Amino acid sequence: MSFISYLVSGLSLGSIYALIALGYTMVYGIAKMLNFAHGDIIMVGGYAAFLAMSASWCPIWLAMIISVTVCTVLGVVIEKVAYRPLRSAPPLAVLITAIGVSYLLQNIALLTQSATPKTFKSIAAGAPPFLLVFEGKAPLFFTKLSDSPYGGESPVLTISMETFLAIVVSLVIMAALTLFINKTKAGKAMLACSEDRGAAQLMGINVNATISMTFAIGSALAAVAAMLMCSAYPLLSPTTGSMPGIKAFVAAVFGGIGSIPGAMIGGVLLGVIEQLSKAYISSQLSDAIVFLVLIVVLIIRPTGIMGKKISEKV
Amino acid sequence: MKKNIFKSAAAIALAAAAAISVAGCKESGNAGSGSDDALVIGMIGPLTGGAASYGIAVKNGAQLAVDEINANGGVNGMKLELKSQDDEHDAEKSVNAYNSLKDDGMKALVGTVTSAPCEAVSKVAAEDNMFLITPSGSSINCITAGDNCFRVCFTDPMQGAMAADYIADNLSAKKIGIIYDSSDTYSTGIVQGFEDEAANKGLTIAAKEAFTADSKTDFSVQIQKIADSGAEMLFLPFYYQEASLVLQQAEGKLNIPVMGGDGLDGLADPAILGEKLSVADGVLVMTPFAASSPDPKSKAFTEAYEAKFNETPIQFAADAYDAVYAIKMCLEKSGVNDPSISASDLCDKLKSAMTQIELDGITGKTTWGADGEPTKAPQVMKIAVNGDTAEYVNP
Repeated sequence: MSFISYLVSGLSLGSIYALIALGYTMVYGIAKMLNFAHGDIIMVGGYAAFLAMSASWCPIWLAMIISVTVCTVLGVVIEKVAYRPLRSAPPLAVLITAIGVSYLLQNIALLTQSATPKTFKSIAAGAPPFLLVFEGKAPLFFTKLSDSPYGGESPVLTISMETFLAIVVSLVIMAALTLFINKTKAGKAMLACSEDRGAAQLMGINVNATISMTFAIGSALAAVAAMLMCSAYPLLSPTTGSMPGIKAFVAAVFGGIGSIPGAMIGGVLLGVIEQLSKAYISSQLSDAIVFLVLIVVLIIRPTGIMGKKISEKV
Repeated sequence: MKKNIFKSAAAIALAAAAAISVAGCKESGNAGSGSDDALVIGMIGPLTGGAASYGIAVKNGAQLAVDEINANGGVNGMKLELKSQDDEHDAEKSVNAYNSLKDDGMKALVGTVTSAPCEAVSKVAAEDNMFLITPSGSSINCITAGDNCFRVCFTDPMQGAMAADYIADNLSAKKIGIIYDSSDTYSTGIVQGFEDEAANKGLTIAAKEAFTADSKTDFSVQIQKIADSGAEMLFLPFYYQEASLVLQQAEGKLNIPVMGGDGLDGLADPAILGEKLSVADGVLVMTPFAASSPDPKSKAFTEAYEAKFNETPIQFAADAYDAVYAIKMCLEKSGVNDPSISASDLCDKLKSAMTQIELDGITGKTTWGADGEPTKAPQVMKIAVNGDTAEYVNP
């Protein structure tokens, strides 16, 4: 039964990677740039929620809304101030600007919040964990052991509310995002921009507004990821976003950068591989194994698992 | 008017020249010295950042000792002055901090606080022949750079070995599970000493799981593997930040006693665990000092520290306090009474005196060998949580 427990923790970690990877992959797909400040937007989302929650008048749902709003506005502002003026500049210039924005956000956080980590209060604080009772009978979930018809049997698997939320919220968001992109006009405009920006503009699509919207959605997802992540791992510091940001970027490349289902699959796979290699190969080598898998995948499929085949035009 | 100014300026210059020639023999030629009549002791440690509680404790502990010594007339007629620099637990910043303290006239260093920066700074200090006593840098290489380096705390492997001894001699657990930070010298050092001694004492390592600085938030797999291994005790040789996450994630999944090195000192601070403070209940910490100890010296120190800084001292503060008193004893022993002595000359005097003194400090009766290592008895304390406060008690 340990296997299921490893798998669940991998799914939970992977779901958070996937949410962050969505932000990377959407921005790449439409603006053709790597937004390395994405990880730090997560950190800002974490602090926004933390500061809101430390005010006694602020209920958790309001803190969540505040955090999402702050990140959305921040994402749009960053795009407008730092990236839009460089739209026709070489990609390398935009990449360096993104790294600059990343350091700027980190250092502002260091200055205003100090480097001392804060203890994040879980958004699911006090919620009971799910218990799975299995032994030879049909698997059943409970929140209290006494609810089990099998009596007070000890649970074989305990899933915390934070883990459960991370998986469910990610699934819901991914489904909603896919619907949005394929069914709405705005979503189709995004698809068109990613296909051919020039042609989209000729067809009357406002490219600047579409790119702004992409940043807004990506940053809002970062805020959601921030709250899920900080609830599951309740330490918040100005560098909180860096490592998950890099791992999520890897996940986006793994799944095929620019592809939304790719980001989901890449993120979840990365989390599961990370946890299973910790469990069954070596906890000392897990990071090395994750990146080894990435290299192998990229050798076999250079555009990632779901990446489009690039056909060279002659 | 002009002439007058010129005249008075000339007069002042003359007077100054005369004063300098009188004081000439006292000039060390060390540019930018601190105040003239005080011997400047430097302190380097993380005053901000993840390890800030250690650095701040060391700074406060050293400050308390310096103030006490000055209030009692100083050492051989000299006053002491403490100057502190922040290194954010970063080796590079630590060396920069060392250089700027040297420019500020530092003659001896209490620091640095954490191991990795200390290894870097001790190399520079050895080249300069600057006396260095680290209160808490516990990796072997903190003081191997030269004979100018000493320490107050135990080394990492020694601490690991003592933890194994303690478990074997006092507890019933025979199968030990270890989680450690494989990217940190402090953590790997303790594990090494622990494993070696555990083998001698008949303890078995049921599971030994690692994490690294790059993935130190999710410990669910390591905890599950420890649980599956049938370990009867969990050993956590790393710092309290990560330990707070491990303990929270292990809650309800792993119900075995927990023990850690002195890095866990700080875990009992309610600011770290917040509402989950109860998970720290019963954790054993190897610390030679406990604020709640009934020992009269510790008690006096704790009261003075609380009065001055409005918080309870941790072991690092006690180590720093003892480090300053060790310097004081050496100054007395070697009869240094001139605060403008060069750092290198002072270092020669202090390092020969260090091996001769016996400090009856608040972290225990301590003597030092020529290798800079302290000799004293270890102490294990237990965290007892009572509602939303926690304190150390004898286990």
